[in-house]
Amino acid sequence: MNLKNLPGHLLLLLFGLFWLVIAGTPFYFMVITGFKGRFELFSGGSVFSFPQNPSLDNYQEVLTSGTFFRYLGNSLLIVSTAVILILILSSMASYVFARIPFRLNRPLFALIIAGLVIPLHVTLIPVYLLTRQIGLYNSLWALLGPYVAFNLPLSIFILTEFMRQIPREMEEAARIDGGGPMLTFWRIILPLSTPGLATLAIYNAVILWNEFVFAFVLITSPDHRPLPLAIWEYQGEYAMNIPAIMAVLTLSALPLIVVYILGQERVIKGIMAGAVK
Amino acid sequence: MRTAVSEEAATIRPRSRRLPGWNEYTPTIILFLLPSIILMAVFVVWPIIASFELSLYKWNGISPDRTPVGLENWFRLFQDPIFWRAFGNNLTVVVLSILIQMPLGMLLAIMLERGGRYFHFRLFKTVYFFPMLMSSVAIGILFKYIYDPSFGVVNQFLTSIGLKGQSWLGDPQLALYAVIAVICWQYTPFYMILFLAALNSISEEARDAARIDGANDFQYYTRIAIPLVRGTVRTAVILSLIGSLKYFDLIWVMTEGGPNNASELMATYMYKKAFPSFDMGYGSTIASALFIVVMVIALTTFSLTRRYETEV
Repeated sequence: MNLKNLPGHLLLLLFGLFWLVIAGTPFYFMVITGFKGRFELFSGGSVFSFPQNPSLDNYQEVLTSGTFFRYLGNSLLIVSTAVILILILSSMASYVFARIPFRLNRPLFALIIAGLVIPLHVTLIPVYLLTRQIGLYNSLWALLGPYVAFNLPLSIFILTEFMRQIPREMEEAARIDGGGPMLTFWRIILPLSTPGLATLAIYNAVILWNEFVFAFVLITSPDHRPLPLAIWEYQGEYAMNIPAIMAVLTLSALPLIVVYILGQERVIKGIMAGAVK
Repeated sequence: MRTAVSEEAATIRPRSRRLPGWNEYTPTIILFLLPSIILMAVFVVWPIIASFELSLYKWNGISPDRTPVGLENWFRLFQDPIFWRAFGNNLTVVVLSILIQMPLGMLLAIMLERGGRYFHFRLFKTVYFFPMLMSSVAIGILFKYIYDPSFGVVNQFLTSIGLKGQSWLGDPQLALYAVIAVICWQYTPFYMILFLAALNSISEEARDAARIDGANDFQYYTRIAIPLVRGTVRTAVILSLIGSLKYFDLIWVMTEGGPNNASELMATYMYKKAFPSFDMGYGSTIASALFIVVMVIALTTFSLTRRYETEV
Protein backbone atom coordinates (compact mmCIF):
# COMPACT_ATOMS: atom_id res chain seq x y z
CA MET A 1 0.00 0.00 0.00
CA ASN A 2 1.22 3.48 -0.70
CA LEU A 3 -0.17 6.94 -0.49
CA LYS A 4 -0.78 7.08 -4.24
CA ASN A 5 -3.78 4.88 -3.55
CA LEU A 6 -5.43 7.34 -1.20
CA PRO A 7 -9.05 6.11 -1.41
CA GLY A 8 -7.84 2.60 -0.67
CA HIS A 9 -5.91 3.85 2.33
CA LEU A 10 -8.93 5.73 3.62
CA LEU A 11 -11.14 2.67 3.25
CA LEU A 12 -8.64 0.59 5.22
CA LEU A 13 -8.37 3.26 7.86
CA LEU A 14 -12.15 3.48 8.19
CA PHE A 15 -12.47 -0.26 8.64
CA GLY A 16 -9.58 -0.20 11.09
CA LEU A 17 -11.24 2.51 13.16
CA PHE A 18 -14.56 0.70 13.05
CA TRP A 19 -13.05 -2.43 14.58
CA LEU A 20 -11.06 -0.32 17.00
CA VAL A 21 -14.36 0.98 18.35
CA ILE A 22 -15.84 -2.54 18.53
CA ALA A 23 -12.76 -4.04 20.20
CA GLY A 24 -11.99 -1.08 22.42
CA THR A 25 -15.37 0.17 23.70
CA PRO A 26 -15.85 -2.63 26.25
CA PHE A 27 -12.41 -1.89 27.69
CA TYR A 28 -13.11 1.83 27.70
CA PHE A 29 -16.38 1.18 29.56
CA MET A 30 -14.62 -1.11 32.03
CA VAL A 31 -11.78 1.27 32.88
CA ILE A 32 -13.88 4.44 32.91
CA THR A 33 -16.59 2.92 35.08
CA GLY A 34 -14.02 1.66 37.57
CA PHE A 35 -13.25 5.29 38.46
CA LYS A 36 -16.87 6.34 38.87
CA GLY A 37 -18.83 6.85 42.04
CA ARG A 38 -21.11 4.10 43.21
CA PHE A 39 -24.38 5.73 42.15
CA GLU A 40 -23.13 7.63 39.15
CA LEU A 41 -24.44 5.04 36.68
CA PHE A 42 -27.94 5.23 38.12
CA SER A 43 -28.09 8.99 37.93
CA GLY A 44 -29.02 8.94 34.28
CA GLY A 45 -25.77 10.22 32.78
CA SER A 46 -24.24 8.62 29.70
CA VAL A 47 -22.24 5.46 30.34
CA PHE A 48 -19.62 6.80 27.97
CA SER A 49 -19.05 10.01 29.86
CA PHE A 50 -15.98 10.61 31.96
CA PRO A 51 -16.35 10.11 35.72
CA GLN A 52 -17.75 13.23 37.44
CA ASN A 53 -15.28 12.91 40.30
CA PRO A 54 -12.69 10.35 39.22
CA SER A 55 -11.61 8.48 42.32
CA LEU A 56 -9.64 5.44 43.31
CA ASP A 57 -12.21 4.52 45.97
CA ASN A 58 -13.29 1.36 44.18
CA TYR A 59 -9.73 0.18 43.80
CA GLN A 60 -9.04 0.99 47.39
CA GLU A 61 -12.09 -0.92 48.54
CA VAL A 62 -11.23 -3.99 46.49
CA LEU A 63 -7.56 -4.00 47.37
CA THR A 64 -8.01 -3.42 51.09
CA SER A 65 -10.83 -5.91 51.58
CA GLY A 66 -8.02 -8.41 52.10
CA THR A 67 -9.32 -11.10 49.83
CA PHE A 68 -8.00 -9.85 46.52
CA PHE A 69 -4.35 -10.52 47.31
CA ARG A 70 -5.16 -13.95 48.66
CA TYR A 71 -6.84 -14.86 45.36
CA LEU A 72 -3.92 -13.38 43.47
CA GLY A 73 -1.49 -15.40 45.58
CA ASN A 74 -3.51 -18.59 45.01
CA SER A 75 -3.45 -17.98 41.26
CA LEU A 76 0.28 -17.27 41.19
CA LEU A 77 1.03 -20.38 43.24
CA ILE A 78 -1.07 -22.88 41.30
CA VAL A 79 -0.27 -21.46 37.86
CA SER A 80 3.49 -21.32 38.39
CA THR A 81 3.60 -24.83 39.88
CA ALA A 82 1.48 -26.26 37.08
CA VAL A 83 3.46 -24.51 34.33
CA ILE A 84 6.80 -25.72 35.71
CA LEU A 85 5.48 -29.27 35.95
CA ILE A 86 4.04 -29.10 32.43
CA LEU A 87 7.37 -27.91 31.04
CA ILE A 88 9.38 -30.61 32.84
CA LEU A 89 7.06 -33.49 31.97
CA SER A 90 6.41 -32.44 28.40
CA SER A 91 10.07 -31.85 27.60
CA MET A 92 10.93 -35.32 28.93
CA ALA A 93 8.18 -36.99 26.94
CA SER A 94 8.91 -34.93 23.83
CA TYR A 95 12.56 -35.94 23.89
CA VAL A 96 11.56 -39.59 23.79
CA PHE A 97 9.02 -39.02 21.00
CA ALA A 98 11.37 -36.87 18.94
CA ARG A 99 14.59 -38.81 19.31
CA ILE A 100 14.24 -42.38 20.50
CA PRO A 101 12.83 -44.91 18.05
CA PHE A 102 10.90 -47.76 19.65
CA ARG A 103 7.92 -49.80 18.64
CA LEU A 104 5.27 -47.89 20.61
CA ASN A 105 6.64 -44.43 19.74
CA ARG A 106 4.07 -43.48 17.10
CA PRO A 107 1.00 -45.13 18.68
CA LEU A 108 1.69 -43.54 22.07
CA PHE A 109 2.31 -40.15 20.49
CA ALA A 110 -0.93 -40.39 18.52
CA LEU A 111 -2.81 -41.36 21.67
CA ILE A 112 -1.50 -38.37 23.60
CA ILE A 113 -2.24 -36.00 20.71
CA ALA A 114 -5.81 -37.33 20.58
CA GLY A 115 -6.12 -35.66 23.99
CA LEU A 116 -6.17 -32.32 22.14
CA VAL A 117 -9.74 -32.94 21.06
CA ILE A 118 -11.14 -34.20 24.37
CA PRO A 119 -13.62 -31.74 25.90
CA LEU A 120 -12.57 -31.39 29.51
CA HIS A 121 -16.20 -31.26 30.64
CA VAL A 122 -16.47 -34.98 29.92
CA THR A 123 -14.02 -35.64 32.73
CA LEU A 124 -15.54 -33.18 35.18
CA ILE A 125 -17.75 -35.56 37.18
CA PRO A 126 -15.20 -38.39 37.60
CA VAL A 127 -12.42 -35.92 38.42
CA TYR A 128 -14.68 -34.29 41.02
CA LEU A 129 -15.44 -37.69 42.58
CA LEU A 130 -11.77 -38.69 42.51
CA THR A 131 -10.72 -35.43 44.12
CA ARG A 132 -13.18 -35.97 46.94
CA GLN A 133 -12.04 -39.54 47.40
CA ILE A 134 -8.36 -38.70 47.75
CA GLY A 135 -9.13 -35.85 50.13
CA LEU A 136 -7.95 -33.02 47.91
CA TYR A 137 -11.41 -31.57 47.40
CA ASN A 138 -11.59 -27.89 48.27
CA SER A 139 -7.81 -27.49 48.22
CA LEU A 140 -5.85 -25.43 45.73
CA TRP A 141 -3.81 -28.54 44.90
CA ALA A 142 -6.89 -30.32 43.60
CA LEU A 143 -6.33 -28.29 40.44
CA LEU A 144 -2.77 -29.43 39.84
CA GLY A 145 -3.50 -32.86 38.33
CA PRO A 146 -6.17 -31.71 35.86
CA TYR A 147 -4.25 -28.54 34.98
CA VAL A 148 -1.10 -30.46 34.10
CA ALA A 149 -2.81 -33.42 32.43
CA PHE A 150 -5.02 -31.32 30.15
CA ASN A 151 -2.20 -29.15 28.93
CA LEU A 152 0.29 -31.94 28.32
CA PRO A 153 -0.99 -32.98 24.85
CA LEU A 154 -0.49 -29.60 23.20
CA SER A 155 2.81 -28.99 24.98
CA ILE A 156 4.15 -32.41 24.01
CA PHE A 157 2.98 -31.91 20.44
CA ILE A 158 4.70 -28.54 20.07
CA LEU A 159 7.90 -29.54 21.86
CA THR A 160 8.22 -32.77 19.89
CA GLU A 161 7.97 -30.79 16.66
CA PHE A 162 10.51 -28.37 18.05
CA MET A 163 13.01 -31.03 19.13
CA ARG A 164 12.75 -32.80 15.79
CA GLN A 165 14.17 -29.63 14.20
CA ILE A 166 17.31 -29.76 16.34
CA PRO A 167 20.13 -31.14 14.14
CA ARG A 168 21.25 -34.61 15.16
CA GLU A 169 24.91 -33.61 14.88
CA MET A 170 24.44 -31.59 18.06
CA GLU A 171 23.88 -34.81 19.97
CA GLU A 172 26.85 -36.64 18.54
CA ALA A 173 29.21 -34.53 20.61
CA ALA A 174 27.55 -35.70 23.81
CA ARG A 175 27.50 -39.29 22.63
CA ILE A 176 31.26 -39.25 21.93
CA ASP A 177 31.86 -37.91 25.41
CA GLY A 178 30.26 -41.10 26.61
CA GLY A 179 26.95 -39.62 27.82
CA GLY A 180 23.82 -41.73 27.80
CA PRO A 181 20.44 -40.53 26.47
CA MET A 182 19.53 -38.79 29.72
CA LEU A 183 22.74 -36.78 29.67
CA THR A 184 22.15 -35.87 26.03
CA PHE A 185 18.70 -34.64 26.97
CA TRP A 186 19.97 -32.60 29.88
CA ARG A 187 23.09 -31.14 28.24
CA ILE A 188 22.05 -30.70 24.62
CA ILE A 189 18.35 -30.99 23.87
CA LEU A 190 16.94 -29.10 26.82
CA PRO A 191 19.14 -25.98 26.45
CA LEU A 192 18.47 -25.88 22.71
CA SER A 193 14.70 -26.09 23.35
CA THR A 194 14.56 -22.90 25.41
CA PRO A 195 12.69 -20.85 22.77
CA GLY A 196 10.03 -23.56 22.50
CA LEU A 197 9.79 -23.83 26.27
CA ALA A 198 9.37 -20.06 26.59
CA THR A 199 6.49 -20.04 24.12
CA LEU A 200 4.84 -22.91 25.95
CA ALA A 201 5.33 -21.27 29.33
CA ILE A 202 3.42 -18.21 28.10
CA TYR A 203 0.72 -20.27 26.43
CA ASN A 204 0.07 -22.45 29.47
CA ALA A 205 0.30 -19.56 31.92
CA VAL A 206 -2.36 -17.58 30.03
CA ILE A 207 -4.68 -20.59 29.73
CA LEU A 208 -4.34 -21.55 33.39
CA TRP A 209 -4.45 -17.99 34.70
CA ASN A 210 -7.90 -17.73 33.12
CA GLU A 211 -9.10 -21.27 33.85
CA PHE A 212 -12.57 -21.45 35.33
CA VAL A 213 -14.39 -24.80 35.18
CA PHE A 214 -12.13 -27.01 37.29
CA ALA A 215 -11.61 -24.28 39.86
CA PHE A 216 -15.38 -23.71 39.98
CA VAL A 217 -16.18 -27.38 40.59
CA LEU A 218 -13.25 -28.53 42.72
CA ILE A 219 -12.93 -25.62 45.15
CA THR A 220 -15.85 -24.26 47.15
CA SER A 221 -14.10 -22.38 49.92
CA PRO A 222 -13.33 -18.76 49.04
CA ASP A 223 -9.98 -19.00 50.82
CA HIS A 224 -8.57 -21.40 48.27
CA ARG A 225 -10.00 -20.04 45.06
CA PRO A 226 -7.90 -18.56 42.28
CA LEU A 227 -8.53 -15.21 40.66
CA PRO A 228 -11.11 -16.04 37.95
CA LEU A 229 -13.44 -17.35 40.66
CA ALA A 230 -12.75 -14.34 42.78
CA ILE A 231 -14.19 -12.21 40.00
CA TRP A 232 -17.22 -14.45 40.00
CA GLU A 233 -17.60 -13.99 43.76
CA TYR A 234 -17.07 -10.25 43.78
CA GLN A 235 -19.87 -10.07 41.28
CA GLY A 236 -22.24 -11.50 43.85
CA GLU A 237 -20.79 -9.46 46.68
CA TYR A 238 -20.88 -6.13 44.86
CA ALA A 239 -24.01 -6.94 42.82
CA MET A 240 -25.29 -3.39 42.93
CA ASN A 241 -21.91 -1.68 42.87
CA ILE A 242 -20.99 -1.90 39.20
CA PRO A 243 -18.02 0.48 39.43
CA ALA A 244 -16.43 -1.79 42.06
CA ILE A 245 -16.93 -4.82 39.80
CA MET A 246 -15.32 -2.97 36.92
CA ALA A 247 -12.38 -2.14 39.17
CA VAL A 248 -12.02 -5.85 39.99
CA LEU A 249 -12.16 -6.76 36.29
CA THR A 250 -9.52 -4.15 35.46
CA LEU A 251 -7.27 -5.37 38.26
CA SER A 252 -7.63 -8.98 37.20
CA ALA A 253 -6.79 -8.20 33.58
CA LEU A 254 -3.93 -5.87 34.46
CA PRO A 255 -1.11 -8.39 35.03
CA LEU A 256 -1.52 -9.94 31.59
CA ILE A 257 -2.01 -6.60 29.85
CA VAL A 258 1.19 -5.24 31.41
CA VAL A 259 3.13 -8.33 30.32
CA TYR A 260 1.58 -8.01 26.87
CA ILE A 261 2.62 -4.40 26.49
CA LEU A 262 6.15 -5.23 27.62
CA GLY A 263 6.58 -8.17 25.25
CA GLN A 264 3.81 -8.03 22.71
CA GLU A 265 5.29 -10.31 20.06
CA ARG A 266 6.23 -12.98 22.57
CA VAL A 267 2.81 -12.99 24.21
CA ILE A 268 1.02 -13.16 20.87
CA LYS A 269 3.28 -16.00 19.81
CA GLY A 270 2.61 -17.79 23.09
CA ILE A 271 -1.16 -17.47 22.90
CA MET A 272 -1.18 -18.44 19.23
CA ALA A 273 0.67 -21.66 20.10
CA GLY A 274 -2.81 -23.12 20.54
CA ALA A 275 -3.29 -22.98 16.77
CA VAL A 276 -1.66 -26.26 15.82
CA LYS A 277 -2.30 -28.08 12.60
CA MET B 1 39.58 -60.72 17.97
CA ARG B 2 36.05 -61.08 16.77
CA THR B 3 35.09 -63.50 19.51
CA ALA B 4 36.66 -61.27 22.12
CA VAL B 5 34.43 -58.36 21.08
CA SER B 6 31.25 -60.39 21.13
CA GLU B 7 32.16 -61.82 24.50
CA GLU B 8 32.75 -58.34 25.81
CA ALA B 9 29.36 -57.17 24.48
CA ALA B 10 27.72 -60.11 26.16
CA THR B 11 29.25 -59.34 29.52
CA ILE B 12 28.52 -55.61 29.33
CA ARG B 13 24.87 -56.05 28.51
CA PRO B 14 23.70 -59.25 30.04
CA ARG B 15 20.12 -57.98 30.12
CA SER B 16 19.77 -57.85 26.34
CA ARG B 17 19.80 -61.64 26.50
CA ARG B 18 16.99 -61.89 29.00
CA LEU B 19 14.58 -59.16 27.87
CA PRO B 20 14.09 -58.86 24.15
CA GLY B 21 13.88 -55.21 23.08
CA TRP B 22 15.69 -53.91 26.13
CA ASN B 23 18.55 -51.55 25.24
CA GLU B 24 20.39 -48.51 26.55
CA TYR B 25 17.35 -46.33 25.76
CA THR B 26 14.78 -48.38 27.62
CA PRO B 27 15.25 -46.81 31.08
CA THR B 28 14.99 -43.33 29.54
CA ILE B 29 11.85 -44.24 27.61
CA ILE B 30 10.14 -45.58 30.71
CA LEU B 31 11.30 -42.88 33.10
CA PHE B 32 10.55 -39.99 30.73
CA LEU B 33 7.17 -41.16 29.46
CA LEU B 34 5.68 -42.67 32.57
CA PRO B 35 4.78 -39.46 34.47
CA SER B 36 2.92 -37.98 31.49
CA ILE B 37 1.18 -41.25 30.71
CA ILE B 38 0.09 -41.78 34.30
CA LEU B 39 -1.27 -38.24 34.62
CA MET B 40 -3.19 -38.50 31.38
CA ALA B 41 -4.49 -41.92 32.27
CA VAL B 42 -5.77 -40.71 35.64
CA PHE B 43 -7.19 -37.32 34.60
CA VAL B 44 -8.20 -37.84 30.97
CA VAL B 45 -8.61 -41.48 29.94
CA TRP B 46 -10.03 -42.99 33.09
CA PRO B 47 -12.60 -40.18 33.59
CA ILE B 48 -13.96 -40.77 30.10
CA ILE B 49 -14.46 -44.47 30.81
CA ALA B 50 -15.87 -43.64 34.25
CA SER B 51 -18.36 -41.22 32.68
CA PHE B 52 -19.73 -43.96 30.46
CA GLU B 53 -19.90 -46.31 33.42
CA LEU B 54 -21.66 -43.76 35.64
CA SER B 55 -24.22 -43.18 32.87
CA LEU B 56 -25.58 -46.64 33.72
CA TYR B 57 -26.47 -45.66 37.29
CA LYS B 58 -28.84 -43.49 39.19
CA TRP B 59 -26.75 -41.78 41.84
CA ASN B 60 -26.65 -38.51 43.75
CA GLY B 61 -22.87 -38.59 44.11
CA ILE B 62 -22.98 -38.76 47.90
CA SER B 63 -24.81 -41.84 49.12
CA PRO B 64 -22.82 -45.08 49.19
CA ASP B 65 -25.37 -46.91 47.01
CA ARG B 66 -25.56 -46.47 43.30
CA THR B 67 -28.63 -47.95 41.66
CA PRO B 68 -27.88 -49.65 38.36
CA VAL B 69 -30.52 -48.62 35.83
CA GLY B 70 -29.14 -50.04 32.58
CA LEU B 71 -29.68 -47.77 29.64
CA GLU B 72 -32.49 -45.79 31.28
CA ASN B 73 -30.43 -42.57 31.35
CA TRP B 74 -29.71 -42.89 27.66
CA PHE B 75 -33.39 -43.38 26.77
CA ARG B 76 -34.17 -40.35 28.93
CA LEU B 77 -31.50 -38.39 27.05
CA PHE B 78 -32.99 -39.20 23.66
CA GLN B 79 -36.41 -38.01 24.80
CA ASP B 80 -35.15 -34.96 26.65
CA PRO B 81 -36.18 -31.84 24.72
CA ILE B 82 -33.74 -29.69 26.74
CA PHE B 83 -30.79 -31.87 25.70
CA TRP B 84 -31.79 -31.57 22.04
CA ARG B 85 -32.21 -27.87 22.44
CA ALA B 86 -28.71 -27.65 23.96
CA PHE B 87 -27.38 -29.77 21.11
CA GLY B 88 -29.04 -27.48 18.57
CA ASN B 89 -27.68 -24.41 20.34
CA ASN B 90 -24.19 -25.93 20.23
CA LEU B 91 -24.58 -26.39 16.46
CA THR B 92 -25.78 -22.78 16.12
CA VAL B 93 -22.71 -21.60 18.02
CA VAL B 94 -20.47 -23.72 15.77
CA VAL B 95 -22.00 -22.51 12.51
CA LEU B 96 -22.28 -18.83 13.42
CA SER B 97 -18.79 -18.79 14.96
CA ILE B 98 -17.29 -20.06 11.73
CA LEU B 99 -19.46 -17.90 9.46
CA ILE B 100 -18.69 -14.71 11.39
CA GLN B 101 -15.17 -15.20 12.75
CA MET B 102 -13.50 -16.58 9.63
CA PRO B 103 -14.47 -13.83 7.14
CA LEU B 104 -14.08 -11.11 9.73
CA GLY B 105 -10.70 -12.44 10.85
CA MET B 106 -9.57 -12.63 7.24
CA LEU B 107 -10.75 -9.07 6.47
CA LEU B 108 -8.94 -7.72 9.52
CA ALA B 109 -5.82 -9.69 8.62
CA ILE B 110 -5.87 -8.29 5.09
CA MET B 111 -6.29 -4.80 6.46
CA LEU B 112 -3.37 -5.23 8.86
CA GLU B 113 -1.22 -6.77 6.14
CA ARG B 114 -1.92 -3.84 3.81
CA GLY B 115 -1.38 -1.21 6.46
CA GLY B 116 1.26 -3.06 8.45
CA ARG B 117 4.02 -0.56 7.73
CA TYR B 118 2.14 2.33 9.27
CA PHE B 119 2.24 3.10 12.95
CA HIS B 120 -1.50 3.45 13.42
CA PHE B 121 -2.16 0.00 11.98
CA ARG B 122 0.39 -1.50 14.34
CA LEU B 123 -1.43 0.26 17.15
CA PHE B 124 -4.74 -1.17 15.88
CA LYS B 125 -3.27 -4.66 16.01
CA THR B 126 -2.15 -4.15 19.62
CA VAL B 127 -5.64 -3.14 20.71
CA TYR B 128 -7.44 -5.76 18.59
CA PHE B 129 -5.65 -8.49 20.50
CA PHE B 130 -6.78 -7.27 23.94
CA PRO B 131 -9.84 -9.56 24.18
CA MET B 132 -7.55 -12.60 23.97
CA LEU B 133 -5.87 -11.47 27.19
CA MET B 134 -8.97 -11.51 29.37
CA SER B 135 -10.51 -14.58 30.92
CA SER B 136 -13.89 -15.72 29.65
CA VAL B 137 -15.25 -15.11 33.13
CA ALA B 138 -14.14 -11.48 33.12
CA ILE B 139 -15.44 -10.99 29.58
CA GLY B 140 -18.75 -12.58 30.53
CA ILE B 141 -19.24 -10.32 33.53
CA LEU B 142 -18.16 -7.25 31.58
CA PHE B 143 -20.68 -7.94 28.82
CA LYS B 144 -23.44 -8.67 31.29
CA TYR B 145 -23.20 -5.00 32.18
CA ILE B 146 -22.65 -3.90 28.60
CA TYR B 147 -25.92 -5.65 27.69
CA ASP B 148 -27.72 -4.33 30.76
CA PRO B 149 -31.20 -3.11 29.71
CA SER B 150 -31.12 0.18 31.64
CA PHE B 151 -27.51 1.35 31.90
CA GLY B 152 -25.69 -0.89 29.43
CA VAL B 153 -23.53 0.47 26.63
CA VAL B 154 -25.50 -1.25 23.86
CA ASN B 155 -28.90 0.11 24.81
CA GLN B 156 -27.58 3.59 25.51
CA PHE B 157 -26.03 3.62 22.07
CA LEU B 158 -29.21 2.35 20.43
CA THR B 159 -31.45 4.87 22.16
CA SER B 160 -29.02 7.68 21.32
CA ILE B 161 -29.47 6.93 17.60
CA GLY B 162 -33.22 6.59 18.01
CA LEU B 163 -33.57 2.81 18.18
CA LYS B 164 -35.26 0.81 20.87
CA GLY B 165 -33.15 -0.99 23.46
CA GLN B 166 -33.64 -4.68 24.16
CA SER B 167 -33.33 -6.98 27.12
CA TRP B 168 -30.50 -8.80 25.36
CA LEU B 169 -29.81 -11.58 27.83
CA GLY B 170 -33.34 -11.74 29.25
CA ASP B 171 -35.15 -12.36 26.00
CA PRO B 172 -35.20 -16.05 24.97
CA GLN B 173 -35.23 -15.00 21.33
CA LEU B 174 -32.06 -12.96 21.70
CA ALA B 175 -29.98 -14.47 24.51
CA LEU B 176 -28.12 -17.08 22.45
CA TYR B 177 -27.27 -14.60 19.70
CA ALA B 178 -26.18 -11.98 22.20
CA VAL B 179 -23.75 -14.50 23.68
CA ILE B 180 -22.51 -15.61 20.25
CA ALA B 181 -21.72 -11.97 19.46
CA VAL B 182 -19.48 -11.87 22.53
CA ILE B 183 -17.82 -15.16 21.53
CA CYS B 184 -17.03 -13.62 18.14
CA TRP B 185 -15.74 -10.45 19.79
CA GLN B 186 -13.45 -12.58 21.96
CA TYR B 187 -12.09 -14.98 19.35
CA THR B 188 -11.96 -13.05 16.07
CA PRO B 189 -8.54 -11.57 16.97
CA PHE B 190 -7.16 -15.09 17.34
CA TYR B 191 -8.08 -15.97 13.76
CA MET B 192 -6.99 -12.52 12.61
CA ILE B 193 -3.44 -13.15 13.89
CA LEU B 194 -3.46 -16.67 12.48
CA PHE B 195 -4.47 -15.43 9.01
CA LEU B 196 -2.11 -12.47 9.19
CA ALA B 197 0.84 -14.78 9.80
CA ALA B 198 -0.24 -16.95 6.86
CA LEU B 199 -0.69 -13.95 4.52
CA ASN B 200 2.72 -12.60 5.52
CA SER B 201 4.33 -15.92 4.69
CA ILE B 202 3.22 -15.83 1.04
CA SER B 203 6.35 -15.75 -1.09
CA GLU B 204 7.54 -12.67 -2.95
CA GLU B 205 7.43 -14.66 -6.19
CA ALA B 206 3.70 -15.25 -5.86
CA ARG B 207 3.13 -11.54 -5.19
CA ASP B 208 5.35 -10.53 -8.10
CA ALA B 209 3.63 -12.97 -10.41
CA ALA B 210 0.28 -11.49 -9.46
CA ARG B 211 1.52 -7.96 -9.98
CA ILE B 212 3.02 -8.77 -13.39
CA ASP B 213 -0.25 -10.40 -14.45
CA GLY B 214 -1.94 -7.12 -13.59
CA ALA B 215 -4.06 -8.45 -10.73
CA ASN B 216 -5.59 -5.72 -8.56
CA ASP B 217 -5.76 -6.06 -4.78
CA PHE B 218 -9.17 -7.69 -4.82
CA GLN B 219 -8.07 -10.26 -7.39
CA TYR B 220 -4.82 -10.86 -5.55
CA TYR B 221 -6.64 -11.82 -2.35
CA THR B 222 -9.55 -13.75 -3.80
CA ARG B 223 -7.66 -15.66 -6.49
CA ILE B 224 -4.15 -16.01 -5.09
CA ALA B 225 -3.64 -15.21 -1.41
CA ILE B 226 -6.68 -16.89 0.16
CA PRO B 227 -6.34 -20.06 -1.93
CA LEU B 228 -2.66 -20.19 -0.95
CA VAL B 229 -3.43 -20.05 2.77
CA ARG B 230 -6.31 -22.54 2.64
CA GLY B 231 -4.36 -24.91 4.91
CA THR B 232 -4.45 -22.27 7.63
CA VAL B 233 -8.15 -21.62 7.00
CA ARG B 234 -8.80 -25.32 7.38
CA THR B 235 -6.92 -25.35 10.71
CA ALA B 236 -8.90 -22.31 11.83
CA VAL B 237 -12.21 -23.94 10.97
CA ILE B 238 -11.31 -27.12 12.86
CA LEU B 239 -10.14 -25.14 15.90
CA SER B 240 -13.30 -23.05 15.90
CA LEU B 241 -15.47 -26.12 15.44
CA ILE B 242 -13.98 -28.08 18.31
CA GLY B 243 -13.69 -24.99 20.51
CA SER B 244 -17.34 -24.10 19.99
CA LEU B 245 -18.52 -27.56 20.99
CA LYS B 246 -16.65 -27.26 24.29
CA TYR B 247 -18.06 -23.86 25.19
CA PHE B 248 -18.98 -23.33 28.82
CA ASP B 249 -17.43 -20.42 30.77
CA LEU B 250 -18.87 -17.45 28.94
CA ILE B 251 -22.40 -18.83 28.68
CA TRP B 252 -22.38 -19.91 32.30
CA VAL B 253 -21.34 -16.49 33.51
CA MET B 254 -23.67 -14.53 31.26
CA THR B 255 -26.91 -16.51 31.25
CA GLU B 256 -26.39 -19.85 33.05
CA GLY B 257 -28.02 -21.32 29.96
CA GLY B 258 -31.20 -19.29 30.43
CA PRO B 259 -33.67 -17.78 30.12
CA ASN B 260 -35.68 -21.01 29.96
CA ASN B 261 -32.77 -22.98 28.47
CA ALA B 262 -32.73 -20.60 25.51
CA SER B 263 -28.93 -20.45 25.56
CA GLU B 264 -28.32 -23.88 27.08
CA LEU B 265 -25.31 -25.77 25.74
CA MET B 266 -24.48 -29.43 26.28
CA ALA B 267 -21.71 -28.52 28.75
CA THR B 268 -23.88 -26.15 30.83
CA TYR B 269 -26.74 -28.68 30.91
CA MET B 270 -24.32 -31.39 32.02
CA TYR B 271 -23.03 -29.16 34.80
CA LYS B 272 -26.55 -28.27 35.97
CA LYS B 273 -27.65 -31.88 36.13
CA ALA B 274 -24.54 -33.20 37.86
CA PHE B 275 -23.82 -30.50 40.40
CA PRO B 276 -26.69 -28.29 41.49
CA SER B 277 -29.19 -31.16 40.94
CA PHE B 278 -26.97 -34.01 42.21
CA ASP B 279 -28.00 -36.26 39.34
CA MET B 280 -24.53 -37.70 38.65
CA GLY B 281 -25.87 -40.57 36.51
CA TYR B 282 -27.74 -38.34 34.10
CA GLY B 283 -25.00 -35.72 34.17
CA SER B 284 -22.51 -38.40 33.14
CA THR B 285 -24.85 -39.47 30.35
CA ILE B 286 -24.86 -35.93 28.96
CA ALA B 287 -21.06 -35.78 29.35
CA SER B 288 -20.68 -39.05 27.47
CA ALA B 289 -23.00 -37.81 24.74
CA LEU B 290 -20.91 -34.63 24.47
CA PHE B 291 -17.82 -36.81 24.11
CA ILE B 292 -19.42 -38.86 21.34
CA VAL B 293 -20.59 -35.73 19.48
CA VAL B 294 -17.15 -34.09 19.67
CA MET B 295 -15.35 -37.24 18.56
CA VAL B 296 -17.73 -37.93 15.66
CA ILE B 297 -17.56 -34.35 14.41
CA ALA B 298 -13.77 -34.14 14.87
CA LEU B 299 -13.12 -37.43 13.05
CA THR B 300 -15.53 -36.54 10.23
CA THR B 301 -13.92 -33.14 9.77
CA PHE B 302 -10.40 -34.55 9.80
CA SER B 303 -11.18 -37.20 7.19
CA LEU B 304 -13.29 -34.84 5.03
CA THR B 305 -10.71 -32.06 4.98
CA ARG B 306 -7.90 -34.52 4.37
CA ARG B 307 -9.74 -35.88 1.34
CA TYR B 308 -10.34 -32.36 0.17
CA GLU B 309 -6.66 -31.54 0.63
CA THR B 310 -5.53 -34.51 -1.44
CA GLU B 311 -8.00 -33.71 -4.21
CA VAL B 312 -6.74 -30.14 -4.54
